[in-house]
This record gives sequence, C-alpha cells and structure tokens, in this order.
Amino acid sequence: MAKHGIVLVSHVPEIAEGLTALLKEIAKDVSITFAGGTDEGEIGSSFDKISEAVANNEADEILAFYDLGSAKMTLDMVMELSDKKIHLLDAAMVEGAYTAATLAQGNTSLEDILNQIELLIVK
Amino acid sequence: MLTVENTKQWLFTFADKIKENASYLSELDQEIGDGDHGSNMVRGVEAMEEKLNESDSSDVSEVFKTAAMSLLSKIGGASGPLYGSALIGMAKSAGEDDQDLATLLQAGLEGIQKRGQAEQGEKTLVDLWIPVIEAVQNNTLTKESVQKAVEQTKPLKATKGRASYYGERSIGHIDPGAASSGYLFEALLESGVVNG
Repeated sequence: MAKHGIVLVSHVPEIAEGLTALLKEIAKDVSITFAGGTDEGEIGSSFDKISEAVANNEADEILAFYDLGSAKMTLDMVMELSDKKIHLLDAAMVEGAYTAATLAQGNTSLEDILNQIELLIVK
Repeated sequence: MLTVENTKQWLFTFADKIKENASYLSELDQEIGDGDHGSNMVRGVEAMEEKLNESDSSDVSEVFKTAAMSLLSKIGGASGPLYGSALIGMAKSAGEDDQDLATLLQAGLEGIQKRGQAEQGEKTLVDLWIPVIEAVQNNTLTKESVQKAVEQTKPLKATKGRASYYGERSIGHIDPGAASSGYLFEALLESGVVNG
C-alpha cells in the first residue's frame, strides 16, 4: 500500500464515484476513499460520509480534494475532529487528484507531490 | 441568563420559525443562489428537534453541542458547517464560567468566520451576527433591530459564497443566510432569554 492516500469529496455521488474509478486505473496501490452527496444521496455534503471516507482510508497521510465550498467547509470540520494527517488541497479536483494519485502510486515524496499540485490550485 | 430549559426553548422556537418560513428562505436563495436554503435548513432543524427531544442534557453547553452536530450532519449545504461551527463555538463558550450572552454569541460569530473566512460587508450571515451582537451588548436588541439588520444585507454586493458569482447582480437581494440567522435571533427574543 502506498504511503499517501486520497480522499475525494463531491456534492454529487456519481462524481466522487466516477473520479475514484478513474484514479484506480492508474493507482492500484493507493488507498482511495470518497464521499459524495448528502446522507440521502442527494446533491450536497455529508459530515458523516466524509468522516467515514477519512476513517476508512488506509494510508497514514491523506491528500484530500473537493469540488465546491461547502464540501471544503465540511471537510475542514472533519479534519478538526480527526487524528489523521490530512492535507486539504484547493486544486482543480479531477486534475489535482489524478496528479496526486499518479505520484502517490510511484511513492513520490509529499513535498514533490505538493509542488506538482501547486500548479493546479484554482480556488 | 441561559438555562438548559430556555436554551432548548430558544432552539425549538428557531426550528418553528425556519419551518414556517422555509419557502421564503428558498425564494431568497433562488434569486442569488441555488434555491435550497429553506429545505436544507428544515432538514437540519428537524434533526435538531429530534436530538434535543431525545437528549437529557444537564448543561447548556451540551444542548448547543447536540444542536451543532444535528445541523452540521443534516443541512447538507454550506449552512451546515457554518451553523455547526457557530453552535460549537457557543457550546465551548457556555462551558466556561461567567459568560454573558454577548460573549457567547461572539464565540458563535468567530466559529462562522473561522469556517467561512468571511469579513463584514461580504453579504453573508456575518453581516447579521455583527450588528445583533452589538445590540445585545447595548441592550437594544428588538425584533425590529433584527429585521433591520437582515434588510441591511440587501444593498451589499456579495464577495463570498455562491452569490459572489453574480457580482453586481447580487445587489438588491437579502442574503438568505442572514435571513435564517434573523430567525435565530427573533427566537432568542421570543424565548425570553433576552427581553426586547
């Protein structure tokens, strides 16, 4: 299992699930967990789903990507209450997560991963 | 002075007001957002009512914490973490000694600002909380002063939150988050925690 894991948070269940499928193609050894939509599976953010995605991630250190502001704020609150080491990245979600997954699969150092992601920060 | 009873009464009154005005809140949100503020808030306050009815909290801090977790978990939009952070801030403040209401609300405001990074004048619920806290400090909080503060978000141009995408077009609309917070403070007056 790669050292760095990825957590994806989207307002839409299908986006989180679809992006996970894309990343798994290129990062088979990276722990990738996701949270999409509200508890009812509608569009929005769920504190419980995000908490679960963080708790179920098998990596020691997590890179987290999100789509829109309220997913970020909810993720923020989960991070405050979690003991895990999580880096919340304001990158373009698909490109950022894809870059991170590629590099994590190659066991690239955190510093190098973050340097690459830096180029994709959009929010 | 906050007690377990009047704090619960405050939050239950808030829930009633949100439910009564849900379609109005969604209408406001349709103008400069995605139109779901009313239904999101209703989902949150209904979960809050249920949890508050189940719990046998023995202190005010616990009551706020229970409310915070319900709103955080169930609202589903940006208001979830914002109201959740406000109430967590208030829960922490209520757990300390010698707290007055203005200090408690100030801790709530700090929770909101920490989460949403909004300053005064950006057309968010911060623009309601700031004048309300001032009024509490000066013993001038009334239903009219709350409603006036809600109205005062109308001429502001949004620079935070989804409404900011509209730029100049956000001017002339009441901020939905300020409106829902307005009900929180009207409920505060009605529950007898402060006398307006």
